Order: sequence, then structure tokens, then C-alpha cells
Amino acid sequence: MDLQQLNLKFFVEDPSGVDLALLPVIFNRWIKEKVAEELLIDVADYRHVFHGPGVVLIGHECNFSMDCGGGRLGLLYNRKSKMSGNDEERLQKVFKATLTACRRLELDPLWKDGLTFQGDEFQLIINDRLLAPNTDETLQKLQPTLLPFLARFYKGANLVVNRDENEKQRFSMAVRSDTTFSVEELLANLS
Amino acid sequence: MKASNGAWRERLLGRMPEHVAREVDIYETEIELRKQGKIEEKLFAETRLRRGVYGQRYDNGQRWDGEKTQQLGFPSATLTKGPSTVWDAPGMQRIKIPFGGLTTLQLEVLAELAEEYSDGIAHVTTRQDFQLHFVHIEDTPTLMRRLAAVGITTREACGNTVRNVTACPYAGVCRDEAFDVTPYARACAYFLLGHPDTQDFGRKFKVAFSGCEQHACGLVNLHDMGAVAVKRLENGKERRGFAFYVGGGLGAVPHSAKLFSEFLPEEELLPTAQAISRVFARMGEKKNRNRARLKFLVSDLGIEEFRRIVLEERAQLAPDPAWTDYLKKVDAVTETPLKLLAPLNSHSVPEGFERWLQTNVARQRQAGYAVATIALPLGDITSDQLRSLAGIARRHVNDTIRTTVEQNIVLRWVREADLQQLYLELKEIGLAEPGAGTIVDIVACPGTDTCKLGIASSRGLAAELRTRLAERNHELEQAVQNLHIKISGCFNSCGQHHISDLGFYGVSRHVGGHTVPHFQLVLGGQWAQNAGSYGLAICAIPAKRVPETVQRLTDRYLKDRERAESFQSFVKRIGKAEIKRMLEDLMRVPPHNEDPSFYSDWGDPREFTIGDMGVGECAGEVVSRVAFELAAAEREVFEAQVSLERGEYQQAGEKAYQAMLQAARAVVRMQYYDVPGEAETIVREFKARFYETQLFFDPFAGGKFGQFLFRAHERAAVSFTQESAHQRIEEAQLFVEAAYSCEARVSAAGSLPKASPPALQSRS
Repeated sequence: MDLQQLNLKFFVEDPSGVDLALLPVIFNRWIKEKVAEELLIDVADYRHVFHGPGVVLIGHECNFSMDCGGGRLGLLYNRKSKMSGNDEERLQKVFKATLTACRRLELDPLWKDGLTFQGDEFQLIINDRLLAPNTDETLQKLQPTLLPFLARFYKGANLVVNRDENEKQRFSMAVRSDTTFSVEELLANLS
Repeated sequence: MKASNGAWRERLLGRMPEHVAREVDIYETEIELRKQGKIEEKLFAETRLRRGVYGQRYDNGQRWDGEKTQQLGFPSATLTKGPSTVWDAPGMQRIKIPFGGLTTLQLEVLAELAEEYSDGIAHVTTRQDFQLHFVHIEDTPTLMRRLAAVGITTREACGNTVRNVTACPYAGVCRDEAFDVTPYARACAYFLLGHPDTQDFGRKFKVAFSGCEQHACGLVNLHDMGAVAVKRLENGKERRGFAFYVGGGLGAVPHSAKLFSEFLPEEELLPTAQAISRVFARMGEKKNRNRARLKFLVSDLGIEEFRRIVLEERAQLAPDPAWTDYLKKVDAVTETPLKLLAPLNSHSVPEGFERWLQTNVARQRQAGYAVATIALPLGDITSDQLRSLAGIARRHVNDTIRTTVEQNIVLRWVREADLQQLYLELKEIGLAEPGAGTIVDIVACPGTDTCKLGIASSRGLAAELRTRLAERNHELEQAVQNLHIKISGCFNSCGQHHISDLGFYGVSRHVGGHTVPHFQLVLGGQWAQNAGSYGLAICAIPAKRVPETVQRLTDRYLKDRERAESFQSFVKRIGKAEIKRMLEDLMRVPPHNEDPSFYSDWGDPREFTIGDMGVGECAGEVVSRVAFELAAAEREVFEAQVSLERGEYQQAGEKAYQAMLQAARAVVRMQYYDVPGEAETIVREFKARFYETQLFFDPFAGGKFGQFLFRAHERAAVSFTQESAHQRIEEAQLFVEAAYSCEARVSAAGSLPKASPPALQSRS
């Protein structure tokens, strides 16, 4: 299939210790220091909204947000512009960009009590209802690319995959491995 | 931008009226032509604006990072979608929702579009529109097609057009209305949409409907054209019509609408609207956009002459069946409840329900049914919330959903017996916050978050105030809870700061070589009576001290108000001089090295700027004198306000003019230090040195504020009425603000004051 508009979210391990008010400071610094490959443009603060996008770092090719969607805090990568390459290369690119941002956040000195992402679980969304209707058929089309990719990514760990079957939602799946991984390890697995 | 854009066109073929599909196809072609350089950028800009596709902050490809201005390296760097507007820069899509009316299906599509093309947030505006931000221009045709497939248009949502027609969200269910204005608002919206007579305006044109005079819901008084429902008995028969107003408007200098007709019969509504459109297109200002709104034409002609011309135009119009066709259906019931009446249940009351019931629910005229208001923080709602809300609405009401000018959403025809259940369902998705229409329900325009014109962060301030007030909302006395706060990021009034109890608009001040975000405090505005009167700015408060200002003002109001005295009456009684005195310590800004937090705005950690300005290299003493004189000019504006408050209109108008002269002299002094104090010389030197050179020009408003001075100077000897004095004070305030900005720009550019000889003295 033509994998585009991928969204990927890794969750924060202990959200109770995260002061979201620091995110505008951190994301503005990312823009200033041009830390990412992608063009970073602006910061949108939606902390006032219930289970919303939290704080969004708006970019040209993609957005990064410390997202509160579904009531779970995590770093959401939202790919907006078209990607070149084959589907596997696109998955690789999206996972790398997301995990690089997660790691960058983990290492940020502003967090007094640290910040850690859970490596063993993620949510993958295809943000295009026409390219990827929320059906079993889409899942079947995705599997030949996704499963080998995940086998490498999680080093053969057992995985549980759940598709959100709410037809009003975008195609979305939650993946959980039975083995714990740090963000750093996952980045190494990608290389 | 999106991979599926082409496929959406195919998918939605036949799912919208043919002419709409054709319009979007044409727009898509225009996008292609612009990409090929075959359409000139100004023309393309107007083309997209007329389809609701608006620019956004930083779309010139530059952004201040707190220390310096960075170039944003967009891929299509040389391609533009308008003057100084980079093609790839994210923009805003405005979506028209006539009278705020929505269906559940439309809510779901808005949810999908917000997450697929924007940032997962849909924003309700003060004109009952929706806005999506950070949208790529190449996605906009698809977005329009998906909207059109569910009956929504973006056409004429921006640009010099008839904007979204607004109406009271309680129309049809209100206990006080004369009759339901909904069918009239709908008819007016679609009659004027794309009408040949509305395509050649010099500026935008706003229309509103209200079912009654006394409430605020329609805000008729601040519209170019406003209609208030009125019934009249004629020969024993009841006739419907409207108290019909024209020439109102906020903007930098607000005008109250003038009564065009005490009773415009319903069948005359559309032909009169058409005649007004024709007169506005023909006689309205076209070159100077700062005086191009209908309010200026009405003001210049006088209401009697304007009325005469419109009626003459009306008499010459060729009859159009559309004028009255819709009238055959207005009496048909357009809305019905989903559920038949049922007895109130006796379940235990959920926690928080009573408070929500008190502030967010209004009983309908129809016994047993109610309107539930969903208070949206800063007008924002997530895609997930919109989708869930559609589901909730389906369970409780038919498609009887509306947005409001207070940036909320209402569900109409909720069975009273179901209110507890509704509350619980809304609470589940975070939409059961109490306090709708109270002090915590703050209205704010986008401000510096996304608006190119924003000076200060209206949303950042609103979020901060909302958090602080919500924390102690339960302990606030009713009198304070009933107050309204409205915030604009600049003088342009999109946050409607003129008509609230406590209004604020963003300005800046230059302090010790740094720029500091401030908000002008506006008091005396009236929200009720369809926005009955406009407030005036009293003083500029550093942004970081606005919460303290609100606290101090509300505390004083509680302490000193007389029995049941309104806030507006309280302000009038104790006087603006006293209010300013009690806030004086809050107006001071600590030096940067003592407290740098004052030098950044709410919600934005970057050091504040009003442009790409760095830290200025002031020339000490001379600039200090300029700053001193600007402060004196500001004081003089305030004294003019005090005179106005005392009913001394002549004095008020003259003082306002003197304030402008003083500010102009301060500005001139930056180049011509010993400029004499005669009015004629000041105006001449100002014109030659700062107006004709455009040094005084606002980056967006151009020479507008300079023109205020010239007009005031030309009319220095006129007699002032209450209204004209009020307007002169507004102009003086804006002129002084512009003088501050000019001084900041010149200082930052390192252009030092010079004691040069008088400029161009030979000029007349």
C-alpha cells in the first residue's frame, strides 16, 4: 500500500511528574537551534483543552506534540508531507524521527525528575481516511510491510496488535511487546 | 500536500451541487496557475481570501526566536500566495456556519478535517464560524469539497465580502423573542452569498439578527447591517418586521449602528439588503481601506441621507422572487425535539451538576425543554470531542446544534428530564465545564498565536485568567461571576473588547531598550442590549500584571458597589481617574535585570517583540524626552476620557486632538529636536518627515493612524457630540499607540534623533 500521513505515538512512563508548562520552552528552543531534520515553524499551546493535542511543535513536513489524546500522555509524530521511498523506508523514517524526538526530550535538562518513554508500546495511525479506511482490509494490506519491520524493531519479541474498530476513527492500531525496551535501544534497533 | 487530494475529488463527485463543485475546481486550477506564475500574487490572494483561506503569523517566512529573526526555510521559498506570503507557510481556513446552525454529520466532518488537515483542534470564532489553523494551501480544495458534501461553504468567509451572517443562538426557543429569526438569517445569508451586488465592496460587510432588543446574543449594534425582530399590529393583523440598523462596527474605532427603520416589513428585508449592498459597492470608499467599512459611509453621509439613497436604490431594483419565496415557509416548524416529554427522573444528582445547571442551561420557551451550553475554553474543541459530541447530540436532540458568538456550542431541545444524563455524557469528554457566560468564559481572538496582526497574546492571557478564575470560581460572588472579559490581541477588536465589562487589547511599550507586552484596559462597555455601548481604554497594563488588575478591580467592585449596582454603573460612579489611580502601581514595569518575566508574553517564553525588532540602541536623553512626551500625550487622552465621562464633550474632543498633537510633536522630535509647538507646524513636519516617508506607517494598517491626526487637525474647530468626542478619543488613543510603535521601530533601527532644520517649510 502507499503508506503516507503516518502518525506515531510513544507514551510517557510516568505522566504525573511531567510539567507540560515546560514544553513551550523546550519546543521553542528546538526551533531556535534547528535541532531536527524537518523545518520547525511554531509552537501551539492547547493545554487548556481536555485530552487534546497538549503542546504542538508545528513543522512543515511534520508536527511533534506532547499529546494528551485518549487521556494518555505521549510524544506524537504527525507526518504531513508526502514521503518518498517504499513503505518500509517510510516506516523506518517515521519511527526514527519519533524516537529521536523522544530521546531528545528524555535528555532535556529542564525535567527536574526526568522523563522516560515506554518503548514497549506505541500507537500507529494513518491520518487519511481515504488512503487507509479503518477496516480489516487496511490492516491486512499493512501487515506484509509492518510485521517484518516490527520483528526487527522489537528483536523478535512477542507482540499484541489491536486495531481500534470504531468506524468513525482513523485507521489506528496499538502495538505492545512482551519485552521492555528503552528509547535508546529502539533507536539502536532501527540502525 | 496530502496524497489523497486527487482521490477525494473523484470520491465526492455528485455529492455536492454542481455549481459548488465547479467553483472548487476553478479554485484548484487557480492554485495550479499561481504555482506556474500565471496569476499575479495580489489577485491570487484575494481569490483565496474569498474562499476563506487566510494567512497566518510567520507566513512571510520569518520568525523571531527570542534573540534574532530566523528565516524559515520553506521548500517553495520563492513561490508566494500573496504579497510577502510564502506558499508553503501554514495558513488558516475559515468555515462559514450561517447563524451557527450545525448538524451532527457536519460536526463529524469538521472533526475529521481538523485532525487530517490541521492540528486536531477546531476553533469557534466570535462570528459563529469555525477556523482550522496550520493548513497547507494545497489541501484547501479537498477540505472545501469535503465540507461542501455536507452542505458547508467557505465561500466569502474572508475578503471584502458579506461575512458569516450571525444570529442569536436561542432564536426559536428564546422566551423573550418577538419571533424566530432563524429562517430570515438563513435566507439573508444565502441570498447575499455570491450575489452579483455583493462582489465589489471596498471592505467586509457583517450582518446579524436578533430576536429581541434587550439581550446580547445577536450583538446587532456592532454590525454593518443588523435586524431585530419586531411585531406590529396593523388593521388588527399581526405583521412581522425588523428594527433595522446600519453602520455599526467595532474595528479600531467603534461605531454604534444607526436606526435605519423602526419597522422594516419582513418582505422588505432582502430587497433592502440588496439595495444597501449596491449603495455600499457604488459609494463606499475603495482606495483607503481604513475608511472603507459601511460605518464610514453612513457617518459621512448621515443616516437620513444614507436612508434616502438606499430607498431610492430599492425603488429601482428589478423584482426578484428570491426576496419573498422563503417567506412561505417561515412559519413551518423547522426544529423538533428528538424525545417526547417525560417526567423528571429522581436519580441522585451527579457531582457538579447543580452548578452546571445554573450557569449552562436555559429553559426554552417550549415547556419541558432546555438549551445546554457547552463552554469551550478559548473556543477550542478537539476532533475527538467534536466526534463524541455528535454522538451525544444524536442521543438527545435532532440536528439542533449551534455555535455562539461567545465561542461556545449549544444543544437545543434537550429534554429537561435528560439533563443529568447529558451532563454525565459531556463530563466524560471534558465538555461539562460550568460557568458558561460568566467571568471564566473568556472570549479571545487568536492574537499572536496565529494572527499576523496580533501585538500581544490574547489567548495566552485568556488561558491564564481562566485558570486563575476557575480555581476560585466557586467562591466568587454572583456579581463578579456575571462579569464578562473579552480580549483582543490588537486594536482591531476581533475579541470584541469594547463591549465587555473588562476588555483588554494588546499594545506594547518600550522600556529600557526592550519591548514589553501590555494590554490596554477597556472599561464601560455594555454586552447586553445587543452590545449597547462601547467602552474606552483607560491605561496600559503590563501583560503579566493583568491578572492582578482583574483581581483588584473585582475586589473593589465587590467592596464599594451600591446595592445591585452593575459594573458599568460602578465604573461610571467612581470615575476613571480613581480607577487609574488605584492601578498606578500595577502599570510599572520592573527593569529587565530585576524581573525578565515581564519581557515575555503569556504562554510564550521568547523575549517579546512586535516584529523582527531587536533590542534598541536608544540615544538616552533625547529618546527619554520623546518617551516622556508620549506618556504626556497618553495622559491627555485619559483626561479627555474624564471630560467625556463628565459630559463635557467639547472639552473631551479638543483634549483628544491636543493629545494627538503632543504625540505627533514627540515623534517629529526624533528628527527635528526643536520643533515649535504650533499645531500647523507640528502637522506639517509630521506629514513630511513621518507620514510621506511612511516611517510612521503601521506594518499592517499603513497610514491609517496618521490620517486620524490630519482629519482631527482639519476639523479642529468642530462642535463635538458625545459620539463624535468618543470617536475622537478612540482615534487619539490609537494615534498615541502608533507613535509608541514608531518610536520603538526607529530606536531599534538605530536611527538617532537629529536636530535638523525644519523640513520642507516652503510646502504649504
